[in-house]
Amino acid sequence: MDPEVKREIIMDNYLNPKNKIRIEDSSYDKVNSNNESCIDNIDIFVKVTDDIIEDIKFDGEACAISTSSTSIMINNLIGLNISEAIKYIDNFDNMVNEKDYDRELLNEAIVYEDIYKQNNRKHCALLPYIGIRKVLEKYSK
Amino acid sequence: MNREDFPMLDKDIIYLDNGATTLKPKCVLDKMNDYYENYSANAHRGDYDISYKVDLEYENTRNLVKEFINAKYLEEIVFTSGTTESLNMIANGFFANYLEAGDEILITTSEHASNVLPWFRLAKKIGCKIGYIPVDDNYYITIENVLKSITPQTKVIALAEITNVIGDKRPIKEIAKIAHERNIFVVVDGAQSIPHKKTDVQDLDVDFLAFSAHKMCGPTGVGVLYGKKALLEQLEPVNMGGGMNESFDSENEVFLKSLPTRLEAGTPNIAGVIGFGEAIKYLTNIGMDKISETEHNLREYLIDKLIKISHIDIINLESDSGIVSINVDGIFSQDVAYYLNKYNICVRAGNHCAKIIKKTTGVANSIRISLYFYNTESEVDELVELLSNKDKILKEML
Repeated sequence: MDPEVKREIIMDNYLNPKNKIRIEDSSYDKVNSNNESCIDNIDIFVKVTDDIIEDIKFDGEACAISTSSTSIMINNLIGLNISEAIKYIDNFDNMVNEKDYDRELLNEAIVYEDIYKQNNRKHCALLPYIGIRKVLEKYSK
Repeated sequence: MNREDFPMLDKDIIYLDNGATTLKPKCVLDKMNDYYENYSANAHRGDYDISYKVDLEYENTRNLVKEFINAKYLEEIVFTSGTTESLNMIANGFFANYLEAGDEILITTSEHASNVLPWFRLAKKIGCKIGYIPVDDNYYITIENVLKSITPQTKVIALAEITNVIGDKRPIKEIAKIAHERNIFVVVDGAQSIPHKKTDVQDLDVDFLAFSAHKMCGPTGVGVLYGKKALLEQLEPVNMGGGMNESFDSENEVFLKSLPTRLEAGTPNIAGVIGFGEAIKYLTNIGMDKISETEHNLREYLIDKLIKISHIDIINLESDSGIVSINVDGIFSQDVAYYLNKYNICVRAGNHCAKIIKKTTGVANSIRISLYFYNTESEVDELVELLSNKDKILKEML
Protein backbone atom coordinates (compact mmCIF):
# COMPACT_ATOMS: atom_id res chain seq x y z
CA MET A 1 0.00 0.00 0.00
CA ASP A 2 1.21 3.47 -0.88
CA PRO A 3 2.59 5.25 2.24
CA GLU A 4 0.53 8.34 1.47
CA VAL A 5 -2.69 6.27 1.38
CA LYS A 6 -1.73 4.63 4.69
CA ARG A 7 -1.15 8.03 6.22
CA GLU A 8 -4.53 9.24 5.01
CA ILE A 9 -6.33 6.23 6.47
CA ILE A 10 -4.62 6.72 9.84
CA MET A 11 -5.30 10.46 9.91
CA ASP A 12 -8.92 9.98 8.86
CA ASN A 13 -9.47 7.48 11.68
CA TYR A 14 -7.70 9.82 14.13
CA LEU A 15 -9.46 13.06 13.24
CA ASN A 16 -12.85 11.39 12.57
CA PRO A 17 -12.78 8.16 14.57
CA LYS A 18 -15.69 5.81 14.11
CA ASN A 19 -17.70 4.53 17.09
CA LYS A 20 -16.09 7.03 19.45
CA ILE A 21 -18.80 7.68 21.98
CA ARG A 22 -19.13 6.94 25.68
CA ILE A 23 -22.15 4.82 26.48
CA GLU A 24 -23.79 3.85 29.73
CA ASP A 25 -25.49 0.54 28.94
CA SER A 26 -25.20 -2.48 31.18
CA SER A 27 -25.49 -4.87 28.23
CA TYR A 28 -21.97 -3.74 27.23
CA ASP A 29 -18.79 -4.99 28.86
CA LYS A 30 -16.43 -2.15 29.70
CA VAL A 31 -12.65 -2.44 29.67
CA ASN A 32 -9.94 0.17 30.14
CA SER A 33 -6.70 0.12 28.19
CA ASN A 34 -3.96 2.43 29.29
CA ASN A 35 -0.37 2.68 28.32
CA GLU A 36 2.01 2.49 31.26
CA SER A 37 4.78 4.24 29.36
CA CYS A 38 2.71 7.13 28.04
CA ILE A 39 -0.60 8.88 28.55
CA ASP A 40 -2.96 7.01 26.23
CA ASN A 41 -6.08 6.05 28.11
CA ILE A 42 -9.14 4.57 26.43
CA ASP A 43 -12.30 2.83 27.56
CA ILE A 44 -13.79 0.22 25.26
CA PHE A 45 -17.43 -0.94 25.46
CA VAL A 46 -18.29 -4.31 23.90
CA LYS A 47 -21.67 -5.96 23.34
CA VAL A 48 -21.59 -9.69 22.66
CA THR A 49 -24.81 -11.57 21.90
CA ASP A 50 -24.88 -15.33 21.21
CA ASP A 51 -21.16 -15.53 20.42
CA ILE A 52 -21.37 -12.60 17.97
CA ILE A 53 -19.78 -9.17 18.55
CA GLU A 54 -22.83 -7.02 18.01
CA ASP A 55 -21.33 -3.63 18.79
CA ILE A 56 -18.22 -1.88 20.11
CA LYS A 57 -17.76 1.76 21.15
CA PHE A 58 -14.80 3.56 22.68
CA ASP A 59 -13.88 6.81 24.38
CA GLY A 60 -10.87 8.44 25.98
CA GLU A 61 -7.74 10.42 25.23
CA ALA A 62 -5.04 8.89 23.10
CA CYS A 63 -2.51 9.67 20.39
CA ALA A 64 -3.07 9.44 16.64
CA ILE A 65 -1.81 5.87 16.39
CA SER A 66 -3.82 4.55 19.35
CA THR A 67 -7.00 6.36 18.36
CA SER A 68 -6.87 5.33 14.71
CA SER A 69 -5.90 1.78 15.61
CA THR A 70 -8.92 1.54 17.92
CA SER A 71 -11.27 2.94 15.29
CA ILE A 72 -10.00 0.51 12.63
CA MET A 73 -10.01 -2.45 15.02
CA ILE A 74 -13.63 -1.85 15.97
CA ASN A 75 -14.64 -1.63 12.34
CA ASN A 76 -12.97 -4.96 11.67
CA LEU A 77 -14.37 -6.74 14.72
CA ILE A 78 -18.07 -5.88 14.63
CA GLY A 79 -20.03 -8.85 13.25
CA LEU A 80 -17.34 -11.47 13.90
CA ASN A 81 -17.89 -14.41 16.21
CA ILE A 82 -15.57 -14.78 19.21
CA SER A 83 -13.13 -17.26 17.68
CA GLU A 84 -12.86 -15.23 14.47
CA ALA A 85 -12.23 -12.13 16.54
CA ILE A 86 -9.48 -13.79 18.60
CA LYS A 87 -7.89 -15.01 15.37
CA TYR A 88 -7.95 -11.46 13.99
CA ILE A 89 -6.39 -10.09 17.18
CA ASP A 90 -3.64 -12.77 17.16
CA ASN A 91 -2.94 -11.93 13.56
CA PHE A 92 -2.60 -8.19 14.24
CA ASP A 93 -0.39 -8.95 17.21
CA ASN A 94 1.86 -11.09 15.02
CA MET A 95 2.18 -8.33 12.44
CA VAL A 96 3.23 -5.72 14.99
CA ASN A 97 5.64 -8.13 16.67
CA GLU A 98 7.25 -9.19 13.37
CA LYS A 99 5.93 -12.76 13.30
CA ASP A 100 4.19 -14.54 10.41
CA TYR A 101 0.75 -13.16 9.69
CA ASP A 102 -2.03 -13.25 7.13
CA ARG A 103 -2.44 -9.91 5.35
CA GLU A 104 -5.91 -10.82 4.07
CA LEU A 105 -7.42 -10.92 7.56
CA LEU A 106 -6.37 -7.39 8.46
CA ASN A 107 -8.28 -5.17 6.02
CA GLU A 108 -7.45 -1.52 6.79
CA ALA A 109 -5.35 -2.50 9.82
CA ILE A 110 -2.59 -3.34 7.33
CA VAL A 111 -1.70 0.37 7.52
CA TYR A 112 0.30 -0.50 10.64
CA GLU A 113 2.49 -3.08 8.88
CA ASP A 114 5.56 -0.87 9.27
CA ILE A 115 4.88 0.25 12.83
CA TYR A 116 7.47 -2.22 14.18
CA LYS A 117 10.12 0.15 12.81
CA GLN A 118 9.09 2.73 15.44
CA ASN A 119 9.61 0.86 18.65
CA ASN A 120 8.10 3.61 20.82
CA ARG A 121 4.83 3.47 18.85
CA LYS A 122 4.28 -0.28 18.64
CA HIS A 123 2.46 -0.24 21.93
CA CYS A 124 0.20 2.58 20.72
CA ALA A 125 -1.07 0.41 17.85
CA LEU A 126 -1.52 -2.58 20.15
CA LEU A 127 -3.22 -0.68 22.97
CA PRO A 128 -6.89 -1.34 22.05
CA TYR A 129 -6.13 -4.98 21.26
CA ILE A 130 -4.83 -5.59 24.78
CA GLY A 131 -8.07 -4.33 26.27
CA ILE A 132 -10.48 -6.07 23.96
CA ARG A 133 -8.67 -9.38 24.24
CA LYS A 134 -9.44 -9.40 27.96
CA VAL A 135 -13.16 -9.08 27.30
CA LEU A 136 -13.36 -11.57 24.45
CA GLU A 137 -11.35 -14.25 26.24
CA LYS A 138 -13.98 -14.19 28.94
CA TYR A 139 -16.57 -15.22 26.32
CA SER A 140 -14.36 -17.85 24.69
CA LYS A 141 -14.07 -19.88 27.91
CA MET B 1 24.62 31.49 27.91
CA ASN B 2 27.43 29.16 29.09
CA ARG B 3 26.54 26.66 26.37
CA GLU B 4 30.15 25.68 25.85
CA ASP B 5 30.19 24.12 29.34
CA PHE B 6 27.69 21.39 28.39
CA PRO B 7 28.84 18.35 26.39
CA MET B 8 25.20 17.49 25.60
CA LEU B 9 24.81 20.77 23.75
CA ASP B 10 27.38 19.60 21.19
CA LYS B 11 24.78 17.13 20.04
CA ASP B 12 22.33 18.25 17.44
CA ILE B 13 19.42 18.67 19.84
CA ILE B 14 17.28 21.43 21.24
CA TYR B 15 16.68 20.46 24.83
CA LEU B 16 13.53 22.01 26.29
CA ASP B 17 12.68 19.47 28.98
CA ASN B 18 14.57 21.02 31.87
CA GLY B 19 11.63 20.56 34.22
CA ALA B 20 12.27 16.82 33.94
CA THR B 21 16.03 17.00 34.30
CA THR B 22 18.78 19.44 33.34
CA LEU B 23 21.95 18.86 31.37
CA LYS B 24 25.24 18.54 33.24
CA PRO B 25 28.26 20.80 32.77
CA LYS B 26 31.63 19.18 32.15
CA CYS B 27 32.99 20.35 35.51
CA VAL B 28 30.39 18.22 37.34
CA LEU B 29 31.24 15.14 35.27
CA ASP B 30 34.97 15.72 35.80
CA LYS B 31 34.49 16.08 39.53
CA MET B 32 32.64 12.75 39.71
CA ASN B 33 35.21 11.02 37.53
CA ASP B 34 37.96 12.43 39.70
CA TYR B 35 36.42 10.65 42.68
CA TYR B 36 36.11 7.35 40.84
CA GLU B 37 39.61 7.58 39.34
CA ASN B 38 41.65 9.11 42.15
CA TYR B 39 40.14 8.58 45.60
CA SER B 40 37.44 5.94 45.22
CA ALA B 41 36.92 4.88 48.85
CA ASN B 42 33.91 4.71 51.14
CA ALA B 43 32.83 7.58 53.35
CA HIS B 44 33.00 7.71 57.16
CA ARG B 45 36.20 5.63 57.42
CA GLY B 46 39.03 8.08 57.65
CA ASP B 47 41.70 5.48 58.52
CA TYR B 48 43.61 6.12 55.33
CA ASP B 49 44.30 9.20 53.22
CA ILE B 50 41.97 8.69 50.28
CA SER B 51 39.08 7.85 52.59
CA TYR B 52 39.74 11.01 54.54
CA LYS B 53 39.57 12.97 51.29
CA VAL B 54 36.17 11.39 50.56
CA ASP B 55 34.85 12.66 53.87
CA LEU B 56 36.20 16.14 53.22
CA GLU B 57 34.65 16.37 49.77
CA TYR B 58 31.34 14.80 50.85
CA GLU B 59 30.99 17.12 53.82
CA ASN B 60 32.09 20.06 51.71
CA THR B 61 28.99 19.57 49.57
CA ARG B 62 26.86 19.65 52.70
CA ASN B 63 28.38 22.99 53.52
CA LEU B 64 27.80 24.24 49.97
CA VAL B 65 24.12 23.23 50.21
CA LYS B 66 23.80 24.94 53.58
CA GLU B 67 25.21 28.18 52.14
CA PHE B 68 23.15 27.83 48.95
CA ILE B 69 19.81 27.77 50.79
CA ASN B 70 21.08 29.71 53.80
CA ALA B 71 20.29 27.05 56.39
CA LYS B 72 21.23 27.88 59.96
CA TYR B 73 22.98 24.61 60.84
CA LEU B 74 24.97 22.07 58.86
CA GLU B 75 23.01 19.26 60.55
CA GLU B 76 19.89 20.48 58.83
CA ILE B 77 21.12 19.21 55.46
CA VAL B 78 20.44 15.50 54.84
CA PHE B 79 21.40 13.82 51.57
CA THR B 80 18.77 11.59 50.00
CA SER B 81 18.21 10.08 46.57
CA GLY B 82 16.02 12.98 45.48
CA THR B 83 12.90 15.03 46.18
CA THR B 84 10.69 11.95 46.20
CA GLU B 85 12.67 10.22 48.92
CA SER B 86 12.93 13.44 50.92
CA LEU B 87 9.16 14.00 50.87
CA ASN B 88 8.50 10.37 51.80
CA MET B 89 10.92 10.67 54.73
CA ILE B 90 9.13 13.80 55.91
CA ALA B 91 5.72 12.13 55.67
CA ASN B 92 6.68 8.72 57.06
CA GLY B 93 9.45 9.69 59.48
CA PHE B 94 7.94 12.81 61.00
CA PHE B 95 4.25 13.27 60.25
CA ALA B 96 3.37 9.59 60.70
CA ASN B 97 4.23 10.09 64.38
CA TYR B 98 2.75 13.54 64.68
CA LEU B 99 -0.64 13.45 62.95
CA GLU B 100 -3.74 11.98 64.52
CA ALA B 101 -7.07 10.77 63.15
CA GLY B 102 -9.20 13.70 62.01
CA ASP B 103 -6.20 16.00 61.33
CA GLU B 104 -6.02 17.68 57.95
CA ILE B 105 -3.23 17.90 55.38
CA LEU B 106 -3.61 20.83 52.95
CA ILE B 107 -2.24 20.50 49.40
CA THR B 108 -3.38 21.65 45.92
CA THR B 109 -4.50 19.83 42.79
CA SER B 110 -1.45 21.21 40.92
CA GLU B 111 1.05 19.17 42.94
CA HIS B 112 3.43 16.57 41.51
CA ALA B 113 2.71 12.95 42.50
CA SER B 114 5.63 13.08 44.97
CA ASN B 115 3.83 15.69 47.01
CA VAL B 116 0.46 13.94 46.79
CA LEU B 117 0.88 10.18 47.15
CA PRO B 118 2.94 10.12 50.39
CA TRP B 119 0.18 12.24 51.98
CA PHE B 120 -2.60 10.08 50.50
CA ARG B 121 -1.09 6.96 52.03
CA LEU B 122 -0.49 8.63 55.36
CA ALA B 123 -4.05 9.99 55.43
CA LYS B 124 -5.47 6.55 54.76
CA LYS B 125 -3.29 4.94 57.41
CA ILE B 126 -4.01 7.45 60.17
CA GLY B 127 -7.49 8.53 59.18
CA CYS B 128 -6.55 12.10 58.23
CA LYS B 129 -8.29 14.32 55.72
CA ILE B 130 -6.71 15.76 52.57
CA GLY B 131 -7.83 19.33 51.87
CA TYR B 132 -7.16 21.33 48.70
CA ILE B 133 -6.37 25.04 48.58
CA PRO B 134 -8.27 26.42 45.57
CA VAL B 135 -6.47 28.41 42.84
CA ASP B 136 -7.52 31.69 41.22
CA ASP B 137 -8.25 32.28 37.50
CA ASN B 138 -4.54 32.23 36.68
CA TYR B 139 -4.09 29.01 38.70
CA TYR B 140 -2.29 30.92 41.45
CA ILE B 141 -2.66 30.43 45.18
CA THR B 142 -3.69 33.54 47.01
CA ILE B 143 -3.27 34.25 50.70
CA GLU B 144 -7.06 34.71 50.93
CA ASN B 145 -7.59 31.20 49.61
CA VAL B 146 -5.03 29.79 52.03
CA LEU B 147 -6.80 31.49 54.93
CA LYS B 148 -10.17 30.21 53.72
CA SER B 149 -8.87 26.66 53.44
CA ILE B 150 -7.34 26.40 56.89
CA THR B 151 -9.56 24.68 59.46
CA PRO B 152 -8.93 23.96 63.15
CA GLN B 153 -7.93 20.46 62.03
CA THR B 154 -5.21 21.64 59.61
CA LYS B 155 -1.81 20.44 60.86
CA VAL B 156 0.37 20.63 57.76
CA ILE B 157 0.44 22.57 54.49
CA ALA B 158 2.53 20.84 51.80
CA LEU B 159 3.16 22.78 48.59
CA ALA B 160 5.51 23.04 45.68
CA GLU B 161 7.17 26.45 45.74
CA ILE B 162 6.92 26.44 41.95
CA THR B 163 4.64 23.85 40.30
CA ASN B 164 5.82 21.65 37.46
CA VAL B 165 3.02 22.21 34.93
CA ILE B 166 1.81 25.75 35.63
CA GLY B 167 5.10 27.12 36.92
CA ASP B 168 3.32 29.41 39.36
CA LYS B 169 5.30 30.57 42.37
CA ARG B 170 3.61 30.33 45.74
CA PRO B 171 3.99 33.01 48.42
CA ILE B 172 5.73 30.58 50.76
CA LYS B 173 7.01 33.16 53.23
CA GLU B 174 3.52 34.59 53.81
CA ILE B 175 1.98 31.13 53.96
CA ALA B 176 4.58 30.02 56.53
CA LYS B 177 3.79 33.05 58.67
CA ILE B 178 0.04 32.37 58.62
CA ALA B 179 0.62 28.66 59.22
CA HIS B 180 2.98 29.12 62.16
CA GLU B 181 0.59 31.50 63.87
CA ARG B 182 -1.83 28.58 63.87
CA ASN B 183 0.68 25.84 64.79
CA ILE B 184 0.63 24.40 61.31
CA PHE B 185 3.80 22.95 59.74
CA VAL B 186 4.90 23.93 56.23
CA VAL B 187 6.52 21.41 53.89
CA VAL B 188 7.90 22.68 50.59
CA ASP B 189 8.62 20.70 47.43
CA GLY B 190 11.45 22.74 45.95
CA ALA B 191 12.22 20.51 42.95
CA GLN B 192 11.17 23.19 40.44
CA SER B 193 12.18 26.28 42.41
CA ILE B 194 15.61 25.75 44.01
CA PRO B 195 17.34 25.32 40.60
CA HIS B 196 15.93 28.58 39.25
CA LYS B 197 16.08 31.23 41.96
CA LYS B 198 17.80 32.35 45.11
CA THR B 199 16.47 30.56 48.21
CA ASP B 200 16.76 31.51 51.85
CA VAL B 201 15.12 28.95 54.13
CA GLN B 202 15.54 31.14 57.20
CA ASP B 203 13.79 34.03 55.52
CA LEU B 204 11.02 31.79 54.17
CA ASP B 205 10.84 30.09 57.57
CA VAL B 206 9.76 26.74 56.12
CA ASP B 207 9.84 23.68 58.35
CA PHE B 208 10.89 21.16 55.71
CA LEU B 209 12.20 21.51 52.15
CA ALA B 210 12.94 18.84 49.54
CA PHE B 211 14.84 19.17 46.25
CA SER B 212 16.87 17.23 43.68
CA ALA B 213 20.39 17.70 42.33
CA HIS B 214 19.65 16.55 38.79
CA LYS B 215 17.26 19.42 38.12
CA MET B 216 20.07 21.90 38.89
CA CYS B 217 22.97 20.68 36.73
CA GLY B 218 23.91 17.95 39.22
CA PRO B 219 23.86 14.17 38.88
CA THR B 220 20.79 11.93 39.14
CA GLY B 221 20.15 10.01 42.36
CA VAL B 222 21.01 12.81 44.81
CA GLY B 223 18.67 15.09 46.67
CA VAL B 224 18.34 17.07 49.84
CA LEU B 225 16.05 16.92 52.81
CA TYR B 226 16.22 20.16 54.74
CA GLY B 227 14.45 20.39 58.06
CA LYS B 228 14.64 22.73 61.02
CA LYS B 229 17.04 21.12 63.47
CA ALA B 230 14.51 20.65 66.27
CA LEU B 231 12.14 18.91 63.86
CA LEU B 232 14.77 16.73 62.21
CA GLU B 233 15.74 15.55 65.70
CA GLN B 234 12.25 14.08 65.92
CA LEU B 235 12.30 12.56 62.44
CA GLU B 236 12.48 8.81 62.81
CA PRO B 237 14.92 7.19 60.37
CA VAL B 238 13.03 5.35 57.64
CA ASN B 239 16.16 3.28 56.91
CA MET B 240 18.10 1.51 59.65
CA GLY B 241 21.55 0.14 58.91
CA GLY B 242 25.22 0.90 58.54
CA GLY B 243 26.72 4.30 59.12
CA MET B 244 23.78 5.68 61.08
CA ASN B 245 24.18 3.78 64.37
CA GLU B 246 26.65 4.44 67.11
CA SER B 247 26.42 1.04 68.72
CA PHE B 248 24.13 -1.93 69.19
CA ASP B 249 24.29 -5.21 71.03
CA SER B 250 22.58 -8.57 70.75
CA GLU B 251 19.97 -7.45 73.27
CA ASN B 252 18.51 -5.01 70.73
CA GLU B 253 19.99 -2.02 72.50
CA VAL B 254 20.64 0.46 69.69
CA PHE B 255 22.18 3.90 69.89
CA LEU B 256 21.91 6.11 66.84
CA LYS B 257 24.36 8.71 65.61
CA SER B 258 23.52 12.36 65.70
CA LEU B 259 22.14 14.41 62.81
CA PRO B 260 22.48 14.33 59.87
CA THR B 261 24.30 10.97 59.68
CA ARG B 262 21.46 9.26 61.52
CA LEU B 263 19.24 9.86 58.49
CA GLU B 264 21.77 8.65 55.89
CA ALA B 265 21.92 4.88 56.44
CA GLY B 266 24.05 2.79 54.11
CA THR B 267 26.79 3.86 51.72
CA PRO B 268 25.55 7.11 50.21
CA ASN B 269 25.77 8.19 46.58
CA ILE B 270 29.28 9.53 47.21
CA ALA B 271 30.21 10.43 43.63
CA GLY B 272 26.79 12.02 43.18
CA VAL B 273 27.02 14.12 46.31
CA ILE B 274 30.52 15.29 45.40
CA GLY B 275 29.35 16.11 41.86
CA PHE B 276 26.38 17.96 43.32
CA GLY B 277 28.77 20.21 45.24
CA GLU B 278 30.44 21.15 41.97
CA ALA B 279 27.03 21.90 40.41
CA ILE B 280 26.21 24.27 43.26
CA LYS B 281 29.55 26.04 42.80
CA TYR B 282 28.86 26.26 39.08
CA LEU B 283 25.39 27.80 39.54
CA THR B 284 26.63 30.15 42.24
CA ASN B 285 29.39 31.39 39.94
CA ILE B 286 26.84 32.27 37.27
CA GLY B 287 24.59 33.80 39.93
CA MET B 288 21.07 32.68 40.76
CA ASP B 289 19.61 36.11 40.04
CA LYS B 290 21.20 36.05 36.60
CA ILE B 291 19.73 32.59 36.00
CA SER B 292 16.23 33.75 37.00
CA GLU B 293 16.48 36.83 34.81
CA THR B 294 17.72 34.90 31.77
CA GLU B 295 14.90 32.35 32.06
CA HIS B 296 12.31 35.04 32.59
CA ASN B 297 13.40 36.97 29.50
CA LEU B 298 13.45 33.84 27.38
CA ARG B 299 9.98 32.88 28.56
CA GLU B 300 8.63 36.32 27.66
CA TYR B 301 10.25 35.98 24.25
CA LEU B 302 8.58 32.58 23.73
CA ILE B 303 5.16 33.70 24.99
CA ASP B 304 5.19 36.78 22.74
CA LYS B 305 5.63 34.51 19.74
CA LEU B 306 3.25 31.74 20.76
CA ILE B 307 0.44 34.13 21.57
CA LYS B 308 0.31 35.17 17.91
CA ILE B 309 -0.38 31.61 16.73
CA SER B 310 -4.13 31.03 16.67
CA HIS B 311 -4.01 27.22 16.90
CA ILE B 312 -1.87 27.28 20.06
CA ASP B 313 -3.56 27.32 23.46
CA ILE B 314 -1.24 28.57 26.18
CA ILE B 315 -2.35 27.07 29.49
CA ASN B 316 -0.18 29.19 31.78
CA LEU B 317 0.07 32.62 30.25
CA GLU B 318 1.13 33.91 33.65
CA SER B 319 4.05 32.15 35.26
CA ASP B 320 7.12 32.99 37.30
CA SER B 321 9.27 30.20 35.97
CA GLY B 322 10.67 28.96 32.66
CA ILE B 323 7.71 26.63 32.18
CA VAL B 324 5.27 27.08 29.30
CA SER B 325 2.48 24.52 28.91
CA ILE B 326 0.57 24.51 25.64
CA ASN B 327 -1.66 22.48 23.38
CA VAL B 328 -2.05 22.54 19.63
CA ASP B 329 -5.74 22.83 18.88
CA GLY B 330 -7.20 19.42 18.01
CA ILE B 331 -3.93 17.48 18.18
CA PHE B 332 -3.03 15.18 21.05
CA SER B 333 0.01 16.48 22.94
CA GLN B 334 2.03 13.31 22.47
CA ASP B 335 1.66 13.51 18.70
CA VAL B 336 3.07 17.04 18.76
CA ALA B 337 5.99 15.81 20.86
CA TYR B 338 6.68 13.03 18.34
CA TYR B 339 6.60 15.61 15.55
CA LEU B 340 9.08 17.91 17.33
CA ASN B 341 11.30 14.92 18.02
CA LYS B 342 11.73 14.48 14.27
CA TYR B 343 13.50 17.83 14.38
CA ASN B 344 15.53 16.82 17.47
CA ILE B 345 13.53 19.04 19.78
CA CYS B 346 12.97 17.49 23.21
CA VAL B 347 9.74 18.49 24.98
CA ARG B 348 7.54 16.58 27.38
CA ALA B 349 3.95 15.58 26.62
CA GLY B 350 1.42 14.27 29.07
CA ASN B 351 0.20 15.08 32.54
CA HIS B 352 3.75 15.53 33.89
CA CYS B 353 3.07 13.36 36.97
CA ALA B 354 0.46 15.88 38.11
CA LYS B 355 -2.45 13.52 37.58
CA ILE B 356 -5.02 15.67 39.32
CA ILE B 357 -3.98 18.81 37.41
CA LYS B 358 -7.21 18.55 35.38
CA LYS B 359 -9.02 19.73 38.49
CA THR B 360 -6.90 22.90 38.34
CA THR B 361 -6.81 23.74 34.64
CA GLY B 362 -9.52 21.57 33.07
CA VAL B 363 -6.81 20.14 30.80
CA ALA B 364 -5.37 16.71 31.57
CA ASN B 365 -2.54 16.59 29.05
CA SER B 366 -0.27 19.20 27.55
CA ILE B 367 3.07 19.85 25.93
CA ARG B 368 5.49 21.30 28.44
CA ILE B 369 8.35 23.49 27.29
CA SER B 370 10.70 24.07 30.23
CA LEU B 371 13.62 26.45 29.78
CA TYR B 372 16.95 26.84 31.53
CA PHE B 373 19.66 29.48 31.29
CA TYR B 374 21.50 27.67 28.48
CA ASN B 375 18.54 27.81 26.10
CA THR B 376 18.61 30.53 23.46
CA GLU B 377 16.32 32.74 21.43
CA SER B 378 17.34 30.94 18.25
CA GLU B 379 16.22 27.64 19.79
CA VAL B 380 12.90 29.24 20.65
CA ASP B 381 12.66 30.57 17.07
CA GLU B 382 13.13 27.09 15.68
CA LEU B 383 10.48 25.64 18.00
CA VAL B 384 7.98 28.37 17.18
CA GLU B 385 8.59 28.00 13.45
CA LEU B 386 7.75 24.28 13.67
CA LEU B 387 4.66 24.87 15.80
CA SER B 388 3.34 27.69 13.63
CA ASN B 389 2.42 25.42 10.75
CA LYS B 390 -0.47 23.17 11.78
CA ASP B 391 -0.73 21.46 8.39
CA LYS B 392 2.91 20.48 8.67
CA ILE B 393 2.31 19.03 12.15
CA LEU B 394 -0.64 16.98 10.87
CA LYS B 395 1.36 15.83 7.87
CA GLU B 396 4.51 14.84 9.72
CA MET B 397 3.39 13.72 13.18
CA LEU B 398 3.01 10.02 12.37
